[in-house]
Amino acid sequence: MLAPSHRAQLLACEALVMGASSGAIEALNQLLPAVPAEARIPVVVVVHLPANRPSLLVEVFAPRCSARVREPEDKEAMTAGIWFAPSNYHLLVESDRSFAFSTALPVNFSRPSIDVLFESAADAFADSLCCVVLTGANEDGAQGASSIRRRGGLVIVQEPNGAEAKQMPNAAIALANPQIVAPLPEIAELIRLATRAEP
Amino acid sequence: MSEESEVSLLLDAIYLRYHYDFRSYAPASIKRRLTAAMLQMHAESLSALQERVLREPPAFSRLLQFLTVGVSDMFRDPSFFRAFREQVVPELRTYPSIRVWIAGCSTGEELYSVAILLREEGLLERTTLYATDINPEALRKAEQGLYPIERLQAFTENHQLSGSKCSLSEHYTAAYGSAAFDRSLRKNVVFSDHSLATDSVFAEVQLVSCRNVLIYFDRSLQERALGLMKDSLCRRGFLGLGSRESLMFSQHAASFREFVASERWFQRC
Repeated sequence: MLAPSHRAQLLACEALVMGASSGAIEALNQLLPAVPAEARIPVVVVVHLPANRPSLLVEVFAPRCSARVREPEDKEAMTAGIWFAPSNYHLLVESDRSFAFSTALPVNFSRPSIDVLFESAADAFADSLCCVVLTGANEDGAQGASSIRRRGGLVIVQEPNGAEAKQMPNAAIALANPQIVAPLPEIAELIRLATRAEP
Repeated sequence: MSEESEVSLLLDAIYLRYHYDFRSYAPASIKRRLTAAMLQMHAESLSALQERVLREPPAFSRLLQFLTVGVSDMFRDPSFFRAFREQVVPELRTYPSIRVWIAGCSTGEELYSVAILLREEGLLERTTLYATDINPEALRKAEQGLYPIERLQAFTENHQLSGSKCSLSEHYTAAYGSAAFDRSLRKNVVFSDHSLATDSVFAEVQLVSCRNVLIYFDRSLQERALGLMKDSLCRRGFLGLGSRESLMFSQHAASFREFVASERWFQRC
């Protein structure tokens, strides 16, 4: 049962940030089609990818999603729709809600890192942010989710027992004290609620 | 005091004391880097860090490493170098002597990639390369051309994908856990301290490579830097940018045409 305060926060949030690692494609397959064509807010997704190979995520997901699916350019405005972090850069959000990039060292052995996106988004959006931590075999995302939680944002974590790799959801649960821990079909409903156009 | 104003006070103080201008850097990255510096340098707050940096020049040198060093692989984005080889090089060949500017060369990975490519294409002998950066420590490393051997596997893969017919190992010797790149690669390289934020044009060149430097600048500083590159380039000269960078938002867009758009190669009109 979704608590009324969480429901209110989902309906009011101004951006959704997500992170996934091993098992990402299957999990995102169940979630991203829930974003409607006329999405209300931006949905920004970091997936751990091999460096120095172009990411194929846009080609993979664009045909399966009704929302527009893109990779951002430097300084591009963070408009509604689905955005994937490109490979071999950290993706950040500026306080004017544009995208920024960095080639700083990998964080948690990852570039892009989920923590880097989440922490910068927490600064930019404070309590009007919602994040989702999904399956993965490392601890990226836990620190970032914890920053979002501290600033009053809504933290959702995939139920670890149903996840292909439990370590990432477990780390986020341990560190960030998430408001919601749920299996994928429920998270899909939450995403639908957060991104659907206002009635 | 808000964190944002603490950051801008610190950057103002650095500018006044040391004449390094980070005031127009993109804020999200600067904040991350300052936070990392604070932790590593055991400063309790940004204002504590500021006090220390103003009092002790060595502390500033240390901070500078956090603020400026980007991490790049040799032949990063191999398809960029493939386009360089296949489409830019034939045009460069028409010049009797060639000048190339590697703007923001950091620790030299991009510089050696370009020098190796030019050597493989038989152009290095008649090329002068200007390698500039604001970080003296990084420039020193670039000048040494020594990289940990663990990084060579990635460099080698990229180099192969860039369309080279040779092996990268022809360009370095391995010893004591490092790869030392051939001295001859930097015979025609001028290493120099130059700031895209505060300095001006210093040479006319046929090619500028400035990849993953503009991402650290805000729009106003990007305009300044692109202006310098535009003014340095001869007509029909080439500009190579990073894979997320473009002239899309720039007032200088009209001075360039897309040369290989997908690989971010532009040509001066």
